[in-house]
Amino acid sequence: MSILHTVNKSPFEKNNLESCLRYAKNGSAVLLIEDGIYAALAGTAFEKAVVTAMSELDFYCLAPDMKARGFLESNMIDGIKLVDYAGFVDLTVEYEKVQAWL
Amino acid sequence: MKFVIQVNEGPYQHQTADSAYQFTRAALARGHEVLRVFFYHDGVNNGTRLTSPPQDDRNIVSRWSALAAEHGLDLVICVAAAYRRGILDESEMKRLDKDAHNLAPGFRISGLGQLIEGVVLADRLVVFGD
Repeated sequence: MSILHTVNKSPFEKNNLESCLRYAKNGSAVLLIEDGIYAALAGTAFEKAVVTAMSELDFYCLAPDMKARGFLESNMIDGIKLVDYAGFVDLTVEYEKVQAWL
Repeated sequence: MKFVIQVNEGPYQHQTADSAYQFTRAALARGHEVLRVFFYHDGVNNGTRLTSPPQDDRNIVSRWSALAAEHGLDLVICVAAAYRRGILDESEMKRLDKDAHNLAPGFRISGLGQLIEGVVLADRLVVFGD
């Protein structure tokens, strides 16, 4: 079953991204929202974990939450796709279930 | 597609209430049906009409009420979570012998069964919390 996993906390604050990556199955997707967007930044201590996970999972990042925190697309890890709220809605339709890691 | 949205956190504390509102609006704009927005735990604080933010800030509560009026949304506040936190409608004010009620327009107080029923009827449940 394909699942859209949403992660809303920075990996530097909580371990919900790590928990998510432990359980997420091949072909699922991770959407980083709110403070979760910090995991999408290139050059952090979490970049390697995210890049490794990207071989099996699609990664998305909510653009308004990234912009609200002062970051640009150029600050992101290559291959992570930016979506707006309409794109968020489309992802919840595309995947069969939505799992929020709170 | 039919959605149920669950909101687990109150307004003005985390981004949860804002994220849930923006998502709900976007889903409606995309032509989807939002069967119910269920407010659980501290999320029930989204439904007090006494909320009075500064003029230059968004009013999260009245924003929900306006969205409900525009789209006929069913905004449901969990009853047990609400009474604990002092969110009451008029009939419960009388029953509990309180001197005020504060449920915002467009909201109603009901049980957890409303969440379960919504999830059974909907294609997707999307949860927002802290």
